[in-house]
Amino acid sequence: MNYPVIVDVTLRHGIADPEGATIERALPALGFTGVTNMRAGKSFRMDIDAESESAALEKAAALAQRLLSNPVIENASARSGAKG
Amino acid sequence: MKIGVVVFPGSNCEYDALNAVQSLGVEAEFIWHTNTDVEGFDGVILPGGFAHGDYLRPGAIARFSPVMEAVARFASSGGAVLGICNGFQVLTEAGLLPGALQKNAGLTFLCQPTTLVVESTASVLTRGATKGQELVVPINHFSGAYTCDDATLASLEANDQIVLRYTQNPNGSRDDIAGVRNVEGNVVGLMPHPERAMSTLLGSADGRVLLEGFVRAPVGAH
Repeated sequence: MNYPVIVDVTLRHGIADPEGATIERALPALGFTGVTNMRAGKSFRMDIDAESESAALEKAAALAQRLLSNPVIENASARSGAKG
Repeated sequence: MKIGVVVFPGSNCEYDALNAVQSLGVEAEFIWHTNTDVEGFDGVILPGGFAHGDYLRPGAIARFSPVMEAVARFASSGGAVLGICNGFQVLTEAGLLPGALQKNAGLTFLCQPTTLVVESTASVLTRGATKGQELVVPINHFSGAYTCDDATLASLEANDQIVLRYTQNPNGSRDDIAGVRNVEGNVVGLMPHPERAMSTLLGSADGRVLLEGFVRAPVGAH
């Protein structure tokens, strides 16, 4: 069966994020105040053919570790993409 | 002595690298990225560009090109490997060099001369230079900010693996790092382009001392 999965890739804590910082600095000019700790990241959506959802998530976590993220600077996590 | 210049789809400095090496009187040939061996070469250069469109992250797809397994074998047997700009990014993604390259701190593409200081001469790139020597070499990148965690930085310093530093940090690189080597010194990566600093007519010839060192007969057997 095909399971929809979302992988989120975010910069590890302590790794500088110039993109997030720039976005955060732009917000006050648009009237959005009180927004801090903005961090930019990526998400990937895919369908995975697997025996079960947990098997699909395991496969997604593995491919996220191998290709979608650089573990030196990024964390990756997989979650169900099923519309609840 | 023959140098191989790896060409990925999206490489764009391969001719510069090839011509620079040949201008030193050394034989050089391209190696297409689907090759599964680098037999017959005494040194391998991964040139600048945007391998595989830099999709996902610079170097993320290129590191899985078939040639990279051959490059890893070549490196582990002591072969001289040099990654310039995108080639440096590929080497870090492949785990052949520590750390990672991130977007520049100012989020701008930088194309300018930089002044580098030679910090270590114990590498195939800097063995012809002198410690403390200043070199003017251009950069040309968007993702050139060298990044690593505290433990990695400490081990880089302890093992004398920081090869080149910027005198004026252009991109937010940690500790002003412009280039690093592996522990053995036979694998080196740097963001600046020594192959574009081969002639005073074009601004600087300071890249010569680096590439002359690289094309010198290999120290170790491989």
